[in-house]
Amino acid sequence: MSPAKKQSNAEDYMRMYRQMVRIRAFEDNANQLYLSAKMPGLTHMYSGEEAVAVGICEALRTTDKITSTHRGHGHCVAKGAEFKEMFCELLGKEEGYCRGKGGSMHIADQSNGNLGANAIVGGSMGIATGSAFTAKMLGKDDVTVCFFGDGATAQGLMYEVMNMAALWNLPVIYACENNGYSEYTRTDEIAAGSITGRAEAFGIEAFQVDGQDVLAVNDLAQKLAERCRKGEGPFFMELMTYRYHGHHVGDINREYYRSKEEERDWKENRDPIIRFRGWLVEQGIASEDEIEAMNATIKDEAAAAVEYALQAKYPDASEVDMHVFTDVKHALA
Amino acid sequence: MREITLSQAVNEALAEEMRRDETVFIIGEDVAEAGTPFKVLSGLVEEFGTGRVVDTPIAEPGFMGLAVGAAMTGTRPVVDLMFGDFIYLVMDQLCNQAAKTHYMSGGKLNVPLVLRTNLGATRRSAAQHSQSLHALVAHIPGLKVALPSSAYEAKGLMKTAIRDNNPVVIFEDKLMYNDKAPVPEEEFLIPFGEANIKREGSDITLIGTSSMVQVCEAAADILEKEGISAEVIDPRTIVPLDEEALLKSAKKTSRVIVVDEGHQSYGITGEIAGRINEKAFYHLDAPVLRMGAMDVPVPFTPALEDLTVPTPETVAENARRLMSGEMIHAA
Repeated sequence: MSPAKKQSNAEDYMRMYRQMVRIRAFEDNANQLYLSAKMPGLTHMYSGEEAVAVGICEALRTTDKITSTHRGHGHCVAKGAEFKEMFCELLGKEEGYCRGKGGSMHIADQSNGNLGANAIVGGSMGIATGSAFTAKMLGKDDVTVCFFGDGATAQGLMYEVMNMAALWNLPVIYACENNGYSEYTRTDEIAAGSITGRAEAFGIEAFQVDGQDVLAVNDLAQKLAERCRKGEGPFFMELMTYRYHGHHVGDINREYYRSKEEERDWKENRDPIIRFRGWLVEQGIASEDEIEAMNATIKDEAAAAVEYALQAKYPDASEVDMHVFTDVKHALA
Repeated sequence: MREITLSQAVNEALAEEMRRDETVFIIGEDVAEAGTPFKVLSGLVEEFGTGRVVDTPIAEPGFMGLAVGAAMTGTRPVVDLMFGDFIYLVMDQLCNQAAKTHYMSGGKLNVPLVLRTNLGATRRSAAQHSQSLHALVAHIPGLKVALPSSAYEAKGLMKTAIRDNNPVVIFEDKLMYNDKAPVPEEEFLIPFGEANIKREGSDITLIGTSSMVQVCEAAADILEKEGISAEVIDPRTIVPLDEEALLKSAKKTSRVIVVDEGHQSYGITGEIAGRINEKAFYHLDAPVLRMGAMDVPVPFTPALEDLTVPTPETVAENARRLMSGEMIHAA
């Protein structure tokens, strides 16, 4: 990793570390909720990819927008969401971000510019591009980041909207989280040619970056966000990363598509949190004790939020036909 | 009152709303200088510029998806889908994204967009440019669906649609673009969910949508000469549906035919007939009859195409049979 720029950036570095640990803590708890059958449905873990969401979202303002994916908890935390409302949503409770109507795959937090996770692979690419269209049309300097996985590069929608974003110089950054697997299939079995080459075909500047290095991701994201604000967008980032869990929490026996050795190598040698923690200590930005204390606090906060969510109320049955339309309180009344 | 074409009415509605609200914009294929193949949008780009009358590549899912995101973040897109048949191409963005966003976000996000497209056969355009597919979207909770039946409705419903904070799909009858009707000069809006009684009658109710309103009116003319008094009702929007007005008429006349240009099976006619059966059964003197388009892909040759849609003659014939008490099997 690169040397620390300035001691005055220490606060930024510690916030990035904290956000990555928060994501890991959130996912560890979500996984436990699933395994102990306390969570309805299932979920897709972001563990291992934390440096991508944090590196990018730390380069954004609250008013900037993101669109997220089925593997979206990391984006949501990184863009500023609170544990309590997120766990409530995962458990289908009234106090969840979406009053329990969206669940793990649809958390939206518009107060922090998160336009929502999406359960259709590649489904949010149009939305992100449209959000950037709004910024341009209304003369705002908001940037939109579209998170998606390598699997989504197979969807036709991506090419249609990248074409329009390039034609109209829209302030959007397409952030491809390449974790090497398209659900249960190796990405090199479903993607011909290069990923960045897909964007370059439209004249979009594309960059490949180590998605396990939060500083490298943040550095690039800052530059691209500023260039977007100056009207130089769109851009494309391919972030080389890895998901520690299976496609979803129930995908336990996965040796038919990837080896335990490969998983161990990424976890032990390329973990974004371990790497960054080592760097923080080495640069004298934080001591081991300070980091341990921060980890413990986050663990406690997550546990408290889980406990709160478990006790929280479900929405009243009368909510079932609310929010179908904006102007009709009960659609079936 | 002055008369203008349906095409001019849509154009006026868009221009007025774009002047009123600078967040309204039009996006689609060949909408700017070309003004669409039907020339409905002619002149708008001159007034509002290419920043608000936006020509896109031929990429329906792409510009539909873009419009959803634009609507979620503070603008009011009017998406122009050149032919109603292309709605299959935008289904994910319309039905999985636009329709569900408000609900899935627990009411936090809105998608105030209008998808304007068309319906209608007998233009000799064959099976991929002649379908009436409004039932597909009316099936999806979260979408409103408007079916203007004349220039007057086209203007008033479009203005309401643009101001609505929900996704609205408007299907214009593409054979009616040049048809004139009286349209007031002064501003007016037509609220959604209010049926229009086009003609009062006492013996039988003809419920017609969009292109079929004219057909029902012509059938009523035929029947009148035979001493049968037909009431003609145009629901104007099928989501929301003015069920009350339809039931009231059904109870009054005791006989109903529902006429719509979508395919008959699993369609609008069945839905409306079902509601009347459930809620007005003891007032009926005959089964509610459905008349939709034939359940075949629309054929090209005029010799076959004209057989596939209800006409004033076939509606009148079915009305006579209902009046005579004959049990009939539709279409």
